[in-house]
Amino acid sequence: MLLNFLDELRGAGIRASLKEHLTLLEALDSDVIERRPEDFYYLARATYVKDEGLLDRFDEVFHKVFHGVFSDLGEDQATIPEEWLRAVTEKFLSDEERAAIEQLGDWDEIMETLKKRLEEQEGRHEGGNKWIGTGGTSPFGHSGYNPAGVRIGGESRNRRAIKVWEKREFANLDSSKELGTRNIKVALRRLRRFAREGAADELDLDATIRGTAKQGWLDIRMRPERHNAVKLLLFLDVGGSMDDHAKATEELFSAATSEFKNMEFFYFHNCLYESVWKDNSRRWSERIPTWDILHKYGHDYKIVFVGDAAMSPYEIAWPGGSVEHMNEEAGEVWLQRVVDTYPAVAWLNPNAQRGWQYTQSTQMIRQIMSDRMFPLTLDGLDDAMRSLTRKQG
Amino acid sequence: MTQRFTGTENYVATDDLKVAVNAAVTLRRPLLVKGEPGTGKTVLAHEIAKAIGAPLIEWGVKSTTKAQQGLYEYDAVARLRDGQLGDERVHDISNYIRKGKLWEAFTSPELPVLLIDEIDKADIEFPNDLLQELDRMEFDVYETGERIAARERPIVVITSNNEKELPDAFLRRCFFHYIKFPDDETMRAIIDVHFPDIQKRLVTQALEIFYELRGVPGLKKKPSTSELLDWLKLLLVEDTPVEVLQNRDPTKAIPPLHGALLKNEADVMLLERLAFMARRENR
Repeated sequence: MLLNFLDELRGAGIRASLKEHLTLLEALDSDVIERRPEDFYYLARATYVKDEGLLDRFDEVFHKVFHGVFSDLGEDQATIPEEWLRAVTEKFLSDEERAAIEQLGDWDEIMETLKKRLEEQEGRHEGGNKWIGTGGTSPFGHSGYNPAGVRIGGESRNRRAIKVWEKREFANLDSSKELGTRNIKVALRRLRRFAREGAADELDLDATIRGTAKQGWLDIRMRPERHNAVKLLLFLDVGGSMDDHAKATEELFSAATSEFKNMEFFYFHNCLYESVWKDNSRRWSERIPTWDILHKYGHDYKIVFVGDAAMSPYEIAWPGGSVEHMNEEAGEVWLQRVVDTYPAVAWLNPNAQRGWQYTQSTQMIRQIMSDRMFPLTLDGLDDAMRSLTRKQG
Repeated sequence: MTQRFTGTENYVATDDLKVAVNAAVTLRRPLLVKGEPGTGKTVLAHEIAKAIGAPLIEWGVKSTTKAQQGLYEYDAVARLRDGQLGDERVHDISNYIRKGKLWEAFTSPELPVLLIDEIDKADIEFPNDLLQELDRMEFDVYETGERIAARERPIVVITSNNEKELPDAFLRRCFFHYIKFPDDETMRAIIDVHFPDIQKRLVTQALEIFYELRGVPGLKKKPSTSELLDWLKLLLVEDTPVEVLQNRDPTKAIPPLHGALLKNEADVMLLERLAFMARRENR
């Protein structure tokens, strides 16, 4: 059971190893916890999870693996459709829900249909719109969209869950996507520019020898350590057509965050306008004026846009062309301001390069960027980084 | 281990925190604690030490801290100087070796709690350099050929503010706990512990203002537990009547004695602006 748990964790992207597993066994062996499921959950969490972003995923896996064990029915869900039926009879219905069920027919009728469905259905099942399972739109199953839905098995997602791991309190921390980012990191490495900044805590041997020879006594010279001093502003297009490229963008983002110390990121939608945001869940309440960014970050910052540049030409060329709000100045004005302020600008486009010429908006943006648009591939990234480091005339 | 950590009279520990602490104390693996600033990460180490009656050895990490400094430092410059001055001490190299916090912890006569505070402040290689030492709890002093080994594995608490990611190999050796921001109930328990006789209504009002303030979008630095406690202390000292907190109208968005809660003049400005807008709407 526990080994299976470890496999599941690794499958879900939590990099637990044998080391942690042995630690857990050791802890169990030395009676660190009382024999309560909650304590076991806490202990396993403290042992396996080392990043608060993964806590939510851990809760999911824990629920999946130990679901049958800690509930009073110790069997697999798929093999006991009686449990579902039992849940139906035990289920709670408000008067409204009862009324809603009338939509489909009366109670017996629903039960009759349910039985028929159960006969047709072979295993447990999720999604879909006919079979019984979870998360679908069929009136049977739980957490579905059909207002006449009958809750069968499982916990309601709207109700306070009984078990801690089902609460999934850490739901909005899960943002890390560390999938094959190494290659990207290597490409980003091109953008390194080392400089000596900060506290002088390294012995400068050459200067010391020179100083000592000149002065006649031991003349210790110190110098600051070398750091990557490149400063980067990342503008990410989110939503709409960019959803298809979410994975590539996330990989790039994740690699960039770990590679650059002086990096700031902002989100925009389709085209850059008078404000951007840093948190997508608060995109309307916490906006940052683009002017502030232009004023705040010195012109030695390098700018990278990530976006598919696929939109209606109006969204770039006309005031009020934005799909989301009334913009007083056209997108191209804002893009031009950025290009004018910062000598080093690049646009990374996740769409394949051969399609660019057929999209008018892509052409327009490419023109504003003075042809500095690169495909979001390793080679393209390489070219983009090269372009960013080039001495700007 | 003789006793279990169950929080102290000054510290409210949640169930998951207790399990993590007990696991770390029993197995003598380092406990890595993360969480928002001000949620009591550093205080935790103090309280663990107090709870089990052990001395606390604190190692505050800065951006210039090197792993070696935790073990020992060899003061070559002092020896060179003494050599030029013909000091007798110069013949014994151990005169110039200064013990670090880890050394102190390893050789402490009593079982100590070692706190490595804000490990993420240091260089990215810092945790890697401590891998062996924390794993085996021993290290060599190259200058004297001595081997320093821990008599008993000390209890190690490490805090991190998440400014840098920690290496995998390091994480594998630790228990991990993320202190999440306390909910209303836990917060009340915490306040109870710190100000036992504070008026219930005052707390209710203050908490309301506090969570409201945390909810204001765009704040640069959200107030956290330690700020709340400071603020309450101020309110008590100033003997602020509950009515002052109660009769808040939206045009005065700034809570009384806000200096304890807001540490950023931009945030105060933001609140003033919000208050100004509320006034304009009322007109």
